[in-house]
Amino acid sequence: MKATVYVTIKENVLDPQGTAVQGALHSMGFAEVGKVRIGKYLEVELDTNDRAEAEARLKVMCEKLLANTVVEDYRFELEG
Amino acid sequence: MKFAVLVFPGSNCDIDCYKAVEAIGEQVDYVWHTATDLSGYDAILVPGGFSYGDYLRCGAIAQFANVMNEVKKAADEGKYILGICNGFQILTEANLLPGALIRNTGLKFRCHGTPLEVVNSNTAFTNQYSQGEIIDIPIAHGEGNYFCDEETLAELKANNQIVFRYAGETNPNGSVDNIAGISNKAGNVVGMMPHPERAVSQILGSEDGLRMFTSILNAWREQHGAAINS
Repeated sequence: MKATVYVTIKENVLDPQGTAVQGALHSMGFAEVGKVRIGKYLEVELDTNDRAEAEARLKVMCEKLLANTVVEDYRFELEG
Repeated sequence: MKFAVLVFPGSNCDIDCYKAVEAIGEQVDYVWHTATDLSGYDAILVPGGFSYGDYLRCGAIAQFANVMNEVKKAADEGKYILGICNGFQILTEANLLPGALIRNTGLKFRCHGTPLEVVNSNTAFTNQYSQGEIIDIPIAHGEGNYFCDEETLAELKANNQIVFRYAGETNPNGSVDNIAGISNKAGNVVGMMPHPERAVSQILGSEDGLRMFTSILNAWREQHGAAINS
Protein backbone atom coordinates (compact mmCIF):
# COMPACT_ATOMS: atom_id res chain seq x y z
CA MET A 1 0.00 0.00 0.00
CA LYS A 2 1.25 3.50 -0.79
CA ALA A 3 0.43 6.69 1.04
CA THR A 4 0.89 10.22 -0.22
CA VAL A 5 1.16 12.72 2.59
CA TYR A 6 0.70 16.47 2.15
CA VAL A 7 2.06 18.80 4.82
CA THR A 8 1.03 22.44 4.51
CA ILE A 9 1.66 25.54 6.58
CA LYS A 10 -1.37 26.55 8.66
CA GLU A 11 -3.42 29.42 7.29
CA ASN A 12 -2.63 31.67 10.27
CA VAL A 13 1.13 31.14 9.92
CA LEU A 14 3.19 33.30 7.58
CA ASP A 15 4.86 31.44 4.68
CA PRO A 16 7.84 33.62 3.68
CA GLN A 17 8.86 31.22 0.87
CA GLY A 18 5.37 31.30 -0.64
CA THR A 19 5.36 35.11 -0.47
CA ALA A 20 8.75 35.24 -2.27
CA VAL A 21 7.52 32.89 -5.01
CA GLN A 22 4.35 34.94 -5.39
CA GLY A 23 6.50 38.06 -5.88
CA ALA A 24 8.67 36.27 -8.46
CA LEU A 25 5.61 35.11 -10.43
CA HIS A 26 4.23 38.66 -10.40
CA SER A 27 7.51 40.09 -11.64
CA MET A 28 7.48 37.49 -14.45
CA GLY A 29 4.16 38.87 -15.61
CA PHE A 30 1.79 36.30 -14.09
CA ALA A 31 -0.44 39.01 -12.71
CA GLU A 32 -3.30 36.55 -12.11
CA VAL A 33 -1.37 34.85 -9.29
CA GLY A 34 -2.90 35.31 -5.84
CA LYS A 35 -1.51 33.81 -2.67
CA VAL A 36 1.16 31.06 -3.01
CA ARG A 37 1.75 28.55 -0.22
CA ILE A 38 4.58 26.05 -0.19
CA GLY A 39 4.21 22.69 1.50
CA LYS A 40 5.72 19.21 1.48
CA TYR A 41 4.75 16.09 -0.43
CA LEU A 42 5.83 12.69 0.88
CA GLU A 43 5.44 9.23 -0.64
CA VAL A 44 5.38 6.52 2.01
CA GLU A 45 5.33 2.82 1.15
CA LEU A 46 3.54 0.70 3.72
CA ASP A 47 3.92 -3.02 4.20
CA THR A 48 0.28 -3.72 4.99
CA ASN A 49 -3.01 -4.41 3.22
CA ASP A 50 -5.16 -3.32 6.13
CA ARG A 51 -6.52 0.08 5.17
CA ALA A 52 -7.92 0.97 8.59
CA GLU A 53 -4.69 0.06 10.31
CA ALA A 54 -2.67 2.00 7.73
CA GLU A 55 -4.81 5.09 8.29
CA ALA A 56 -4.52 4.87 12.05
CA ARG A 57 -0.75 4.43 11.95
CA LEU A 58 -0.24 7.15 9.34
CA LYS A 59 -2.12 9.56 11.58
CA VAL A 60 0.34 8.81 14.39
CA MET A 61 3.31 9.22 12.00
CA CYS A 62 1.98 12.61 10.91
CA GLU A 63 1.24 13.83 14.44
CA LYS A 64 4.56 12.66 15.87
CA LEU A 65 7.03 13.34 13.06
CA LEU A 66 5.89 14.21 9.55
CA ALA A 67 4.10 17.44 10.54
CA ASN A 68 4.66 19.90 13.37
CA THR A 69 1.04 20.57 14.25
CA VAL A 70 1.95 23.86 15.94
CA VAL A 71 2.52 25.38 12.51
CA GLU A 72 1.49 22.74 9.95
CA ASP A 73 -1.60 20.84 8.79
CA TYR A 74 -1.48 17.44 7.10
CA ARG A 75 -3.64 15.15 5.03
CA PHE A 76 -2.96 11.86 3.27
CA GLU A 77 -4.29 9.57 0.58
CA LEU A 78 -3.93 5.79 0.45
CA GLU A 79 -3.80 3.68 -2.69
CA GLY A 80 -3.26 0.01 -3.41
CA MET B 1 28.98 21.08 38.95
CA LYS B 2 28.91 18.84 35.90
CA PHE B 3 27.65 19.85 32.46
CA ALA B 4 26.76 17.60 29.52
CA VAL B 5 27.01 18.89 25.95
CA LEU B 6 24.85 16.72 23.69
CA VAL B 7 26.27 15.82 20.29
CA PHE B 8 24.00 14.83 17.40
CA PRO B 9 25.17 14.03 13.88
CA GLY B 10 25.38 17.56 12.45
CA SER B 11 25.85 19.48 15.71
CA ASN B 12 28.48 22.16 15.13
CA CYS B 13 28.45 24.38 18.24
CA ASP B 14 29.25 21.56 20.65
CA ILE B 15 32.90 22.55 20.96
CA ASP B 16 31.96 26.19 21.64
CA CYS B 17 29.60 25.07 24.42
CA TYR B 18 32.28 22.81 25.89
CA LYS B 19 34.82 25.67 25.87
CA ALA B 20 32.30 28.04 27.47
CA VAL B 21 31.90 25.65 30.42
CA GLU B 22 35.67 25.26 30.64
CA ALA B 23 35.90 29.05 30.76
CA ILE B 24 33.90 29.08 34.02
CA GLY B 25 36.08 26.28 35.41
CA GLU B 26 33.44 23.55 35.68
CA GLN B 27 33.42 19.93 34.54
CA VAL B 28 31.98 19.10 31.15
CA ASP B 29 31.59 16.05 28.90
CA TYR B 30 30.44 15.53 25.35
CA VAL B 31 27.49 13.10 25.36
CA TRP B 32 26.61 11.30 22.13
CA HIS B 33 22.96 11.17 20.98
CA THR B 34 22.80 7.42 21.62
CA ALA B 35 23.44 7.83 25.38
CA THR B 36 20.85 6.34 27.71
CA ASP B 37 21.93 7.83 31.02
CA LEU B 38 22.33 11.49 31.99
CA SER B 39 21.98 10.93 35.73
CA GLY B 40 25.57 12.08 36.38
CA TYR B 41 24.96 15.60 35.04
CA ASP B 42 23.53 18.72 36.68
CA ALA B 43 22.99 20.71 33.49
CA ILE B 44 22.48 19.73 29.87
CA LEU B 45 23.43 21.93 26.94
CA VAL B 46 21.74 21.19 23.61
CA PRO B 47 24.03 22.90 21.10
CA GLY B 48 23.46 24.57 17.77
CA GLY B 49 24.14 23.16 14.34
CA PHE B 50 22.19 21.17 11.81
CA SER B 51 21.27 17.92 13.54
CA TYR B 52 20.39 15.24 10.99
CA GLY B 53 20.96 17.81 8.24
CA ASP B 54 17.78 19.70 9.24
CA TYR B 55 15.95 17.04 7.21
CA LEU B 56 12.14 17.30 7.27
CA ARG B 57 12.24 20.19 9.79
CA CYS B 58 14.97 21.60 12.05
CA GLY B 59 15.10 19.38 15.13
CA ALA B 60 12.35 17.04 13.91
CA ILE B 61 14.48 13.91 13.77
CA ALA B 62 16.75 14.73 16.72
CA GLN B 63 13.73 14.77 19.05
CA PHE B 64 13.59 10.96 18.74
CA ALA B 65 17.26 10.30 19.50
CA ASN B 66 17.78 7.99 22.51
CA VAL B 67 19.30 10.74 24.61
CA MET B 68 16.14 12.85 24.35
CA ASN B 69 14.24 10.44 26.64
CA GLU B 70 16.90 11.20 29.23
CA VAL B 71 16.64 14.93 28.57
CA LYS B 72 12.90 14.70 29.27
CA LYS B 73 13.59 12.84 32.51
CA ALA B 74 16.18 15.44 33.51
CA ALA B 75 13.68 18.22 32.75
CA ASP B 76 11.09 16.54 34.98
CA GLU B 77 13.69 16.28 37.74
CA GLY B 78 14.27 20.04 37.54
CA LYS B 79 17.78 19.89 36.11
CA TYR B 80 18.95 22.86 34.05
CA ILE B 81 18.56 22.43 30.31
CA LEU B 82 19.67 25.06 27.81
CA GLY B 83 18.94 24.69 24.09
CA ILE B 84 20.79 27.08 21.82
CA CYS B 85 19.76 27.68 18.18
CA ASN B 86 19.26 24.15 16.77
CA GLY B 87 19.04 23.08 20.42
CA PHE B 88 16.07 25.45 20.87
CA GLN B 89 14.46 23.96 17.75
CA ILE B 90 14.98 20.45 19.14
CA LEU B 91 13.42 21.38 22.52
CA THR B 92 10.31 22.82 20.84
CA GLU B 93 9.99 19.76 18.58
CA ALA B 94 10.30 17.56 21.69
CA ASN B 95 7.52 19.59 23.39
CA LEU B 96 9.80 20.62 26.22
CA LEU B 97 9.13 24.22 25.19
CA PRO B 98 6.00 25.68 23.54
CA GLY B 99 5.80 27.09 20.01
CA ALA B 100 7.91 26.44 16.92
CA LEU B 101 10.77 28.02 14.95
CA ILE B 102 9.97 28.68 11.31
CA ARG B 103 11.76 30.25 8.33
CA ASN B 104 13.02 33.81 8.85
CA THR B 105 10.56 36.24 7.24
CA GLY B 106 13.40 37.73 5.15
CA LEU B 107 14.35 34.19 3.98
CA LYS B 108 18.00 34.99 4.67
CA PHE B 109 20.37 33.13 6.96
CA ARG B 110 21.19 35.90 9.47
CA CYS B 111 24.64 35.74 11.04
CA HIS B 112 25.69 38.78 13.10
CA GLY B 113 25.73 40.28 16.57
CA THR B 114 22.40 41.38 17.93
CA PRO B 115 21.32 43.38 20.98
CA LEU B 116 19.16 41.33 23.34
CA GLU B 117 17.00 42.61 26.16
CA VAL B 118 17.10 40.50 29.32
CA VAL B 119 13.34 40.35 29.90
CA ASN B 120 13.53 38.05 32.91
CA SER B 121 16.68 38.13 35.04
CA ASN B 122 15.01 36.01 37.69
CA THR B 123 15.89 32.65 36.13
CA ALA B 124 18.60 30.07 36.71
CA PHE B 125 20.05 31.12 33.35
CA THR B 126 20.03 34.92 33.71
CA ASN B 127 20.57 35.74 37.40
CA GLN B 128 23.92 37.43 36.65
CA TYR B 129 22.26 40.01 34.40
CA SER B 130 20.15 42.93 35.52
CA GLN B 131 16.51 43.16 34.53
CA GLY B 132 16.15 45.01 31.22
CA GLU B 133 19.90 44.95 30.53
CA ILE B 134 20.84 45.03 26.85
CA ILE B 135 23.50 42.45 25.97
CA ASP B 136 25.39 41.74 22.75
CA ILE B 137 25.04 38.13 21.58
CA PRO B 138 25.43 36.82 18.01
CA ILE B 139 22.77 34.99 16.04
CA ALA B 140 23.32 32.53 13.17
CA HIS B 141 20.16 30.98 11.79
CA GLY B 142 17.80 30.65 8.85
CA GLU B 143 14.89 29.25 10.83
CA GLY B 144 14.72 31.34 13.99
CA ASN B 145 11.34 32.94 13.53
CA TYR B 146 9.57 32.06 16.80
CA PHE B 147 5.90 31.33 16.32
CA CYS B 148 3.17 30.52 18.82
CA ASP B 149 -0.57 31.16 18.86
CA GLU B 150 -2.04 34.08 20.79
CA GLU B 151 -3.18 31.91 23.67
CA THR B 152 0.35 30.52 24.14
CA LEU B 153 1.84 34.02 23.90
CA ALA B 154 -0.53 35.26 26.62
CA GLU B 155 0.55 32.31 28.79
CA LEU B 156 4.25 33.00 28.17
CA LYS B 157 3.73 36.59 29.28
CA ALA B 158 1.57 35.71 32.29
CA ASN B 159 4.16 33.20 33.57
CA ASN B 160 7.22 35.39 32.83
CA GLN B 161 8.47 32.77 30.38
CA ILE B 162 9.90 35.28 27.90
CA VAL B 163 13.60 35.39 28.85
CA PHE B 164 15.10 37.42 25.96
CA ARG B 165 13.73 39.75 23.30
CA TYR B 166 15.51 41.30 20.32
CA ALA B 167 15.99 44.85 21.59
CA GLY B 168 14.44 47.90 19.96
CA GLU B 169 13.71 47.55 16.27
CA THR B 170 16.25 44.78 15.66
CA ASN B 171 13.98 41.73 15.22
CA PRO B 172 16.06 39.81 12.64
CA ASN B 173 13.65 37.03 11.74
CA GLY B 174 10.01 38.00 12.28
CA SER B 175 9.63 36.33 15.69
CA VAL B 176 6.32 36.90 17.47
CA ASP B 177 6.64 39.69 20.06
CA ASN B 178 10.39 39.99 19.26
CA ILE B 179 10.99 36.77 21.22
CA ALA B 180 14.59 35.51 21.19
CA GLY B 181 14.42 33.06 24.12
CA ILE B 182 11.84 31.46 26.39
CA SER B 183 11.64 29.15 29.37
CA ASN B 184 9.24 26.39 30.31
CA LYS B 185 6.72 27.04 33.07
CA ALA B 186 8.96 25.57 35.78
CA GLY B 187 11.85 27.75 34.59
CA ASN B 188 14.46 24.98 34.37
CA VAL B 189 14.37 24.60 30.58
CA VAL B 190 15.40 27.54 28.38
CA GLY B 191 15.67 27.78 24.60
CA MET B 192 17.15 30.68 22.68
CA MET B 193 18.20 31.36 19.09
CA PRO B 194 21.21 33.63 19.88
CA HIS B 195 24.51 31.98 20.80
CA PRO B 196 25.84 32.94 24.26
CA GLU B 197 28.63 30.35 23.88
CA ARG B 198 30.00 32.43 20.99
CA ALA B 199 30.25 35.50 23.22
CA VAL B 200 32.46 34.42 26.11
CA SER B 201 35.57 36.52 25.44
CA GLN B 202 36.39 39.97 24.13
CA ILE B 203 38.47 38.40 21.38
CA LEU B 204 35.20 36.95 20.07
CA GLY B 205 33.66 40.43 20.02
CA SER B 206 31.64 40.14 23.22
CA GLU B 207 31.80 38.42 26.57
CA ASP B 208 28.17 39.07 27.46
CA GLY B 209 27.29 35.40 26.99
CA LEU B 210 29.60 34.18 29.73
CA ARG B 211 27.20 35.29 32.45
CA MET B 212 24.60 32.78 31.24
CA PHE B 213 26.98 30.01 32.22
CA THR B 214 27.91 31.63 35.54
CA SER B 215 24.18 32.14 36.18
CA ILE B 216 23.57 28.41 35.85
CA LEU B 217 26.50 27.70 38.16
CA ASN B 218 25.25 30.17 40.75
CA ALA B 219 21.72 28.76 40.60
CA TRP B 220 23.10 25.26 41.10
CA ARG B 221 25.28 26.36 44.02
CA GLU B 222 22.38 28.11 45.69
CA GLN B 223 20.26 25.01 45.24
CA HIS B 224 22.98 22.82 46.74
CA GLY B 225 24.12 25.15 49.51
CA ALA B 226 27.62 25.42 48.06
CA ALA B 227 29.79 28.53 48.17
CA ILE B 228 28.44 31.23 45.90
CA ASN B 229 30.64 33.25 43.59
CA SER B 230 30.26 36.91 44.27
